[in-house]
Amino acid sequence: MKADPAGVLTGVHYLDGDYACGEGAMAAGCRFVAGYPITPSTEVVERISRRFPMMGGTFIQMEDELASMAAVAGAAWTGTKCMTVTSGPGFSLMMENIGLATMMEAPCVVVNVQRGGPSTGLPTMVGQADMMQARWGSHGDYELIALSPQSPQEAFDLTIEAFNLAETWRVPVMFMMDECVGHMTEKVVIPPADQIEIVPRKLTSKPPGEYKPYEVNGRPVPEMVRAGDGYRFHTTGLTHDERGYPVMSVECQEVSVRRLIDKIRLNADQIVRYEEEDVDGAEVVVVAYGITARVTRAGIDLARAQGVKVGFLRLVVVWPFPERRIRELAGKVKAFVVPEINYGQMVLEVERCAGGKAPAVLVPHGGGGVHDPRAICQAIVEAAR
Amino acid sequence: MTEKRPTRTEIRITGFGGQGVVLSGHIIGRACAVNAGMHATMIQSFGPEARGSACSTTLAVSDTEVLYPYIGRPDVFVVMSSEGWEKFGNELKDDGTLVYERDLVKVQPKPGQQAFGVSSTRIAEELGRPIVQNIVMLGFFAAVTRIVPVERMREAVRESVPKGTEELNLKAFDAGVAAFDESYAGGAKAAAPAPVGS
Repeated sequence: MKADPAGVLTGVHYLDGDYACGEGAMAAGCRFVAGYPITPSTEVVERISRRFPMMGGTFIQMEDELASMAAVAGAAWTGTKCMTVTSGPGFSLMMENIGLATMMEAPCVVVNVQRGGPSTGLPTMVGQADMMQARWGSHGDYELIALSPQSPQEAFDLTIEAFNLAETWRVPVMFMMDECVGHMTEKVVIPPADQIEIVPRKLTSKPPGEYKPYEVNGRPVPEMVRAGDGYRFHTTGLTHDERGYPVMSVECQEVSVRRLIDKIRLNADQIVRYEEEDVDGAEVVVVAYGITARVTRAGIDLARAQGVKVGFLRLVVVWPFPERRIRELAGKVKAFVVPEINYGQMVLEVERCAGGKAPAVLVPHGGGGVHDPRAICQAIVEAAR
Repeated sequence: MTEKRPTRTEIRITGFGGQGVVLSGHIIGRACAVNAGMHATMIQSFGPEARGSACSTTLAVSDTEVLYPYIGRPDVFVVMSSEGWEKFGNELKDDGTLVYERDLVKVQPKPGQQAFGVSSTRIAEELGRPIVQNIVMLGFFAAVTRIVPVERMREAVRESVPKGTEELNLKAFDAGVAAFDESYAGGAKAAAPAPVGS
């Protein structure tokens, strides 16, 4: 299905990452946003709240982030594409209801423009330290999807992708921007609506009475209905059967939670997305994401000038992680180098998937700025020895 | 000029909040990235700035993709307030270009640096709207640096200012270009070492 032209600001723009994310959401068909302002994410909802009235969208500034996420988890059941936007402290407050959205399988997008932490940390400065929280910050066992854009252009393109993934897999999709990309202004090309592919809500074709909200019939994802369309349905955060009613049993837990995990894990190859550059024959492969991916390429250029054979793997979809690809590469390279603006999060995944066949060398940065490309170069050169 | 333009030009613009520092950076970036086919990454310094206090924005302009978004020592430093000069004046490259509001800022450029001053606030006042001071400065900046053809910058002004204010802003831009022609015309840029000290 093609995008609704009402939400697509076709043209060549000069936009920051936050605005571009907002434009991506509107182009993707998002028409409900609930949020609570927080630096450095506020510009996303500023943009949306200014433009929503022109396309029939609704923005609500909620009393806090708990309510914001709850509103979004509920809005998904009206058939509307919906989103909330925040940064670290607000992301923490959203965790409980992100779990609820996961359990209810409410498709939605959660934007986190990451800043330095912990706690209130560095409100106006960059961080990438919420990557593990994005995966399992809520209690219980679940899998979801997370993406990380490296530029305002990608903030636009990948926000659309995030909505499409949310609809396809019925999960909350974490959009893990960072302050640097959010507050960076660059050229952003927004194509015509008829060139933007949109995944529509998969609604049931069954009549009321026959429809069961969590019946899958062998498919990974159940069909939805819209509140108000005449269907009777029930959804809950409690472990539930295919009718959506609570069942407190080992058997039901096994079936329902296993499916939540498996719909992502067993289909990871369809969801995983990364970009590679000169990986064949590389001595060292650098793995990076978000703004760090760009700075890393500057560091790789420096290392190549010193004669090191360096490959690059950029994570576009961060969760699920490209396990299979890292495992393959681990048998071929001397080492992985992982620069990130934290003290070691995604590097743990690289290390796990490498399975001892190649070391994963962290190039940490505490936040508030990006790496000096020379530090990344030095780590590459040392890893190649 | 025979020398090839370096592939990456770093620019810092400073002033006090309310002078239109960020809009200036936005217009330069748009002129380069959207209207002239280059790459331009703008970063706003983002802190507790408010109207009247120091404000700054930076741009990295390049023929190729900008990988590192922040700047080191700028090639061009545009300064519209004394506080901006005091805070960032030392960073300008030894052979860098200084563009300044000559009635508001006392500058001491180093011997290898070229300095170009303009009374942008007074010119804007003469146009009847002091608020367009930044656009006068932008016209002057465009004429000094020729980072893009002046006409490309002018287009970016027209595309970036609020609807209904285009005529006034273009007049301000043209006045800035004219101010350069009056003070520094005839190849003065290439010939004179630090044409205007303080």
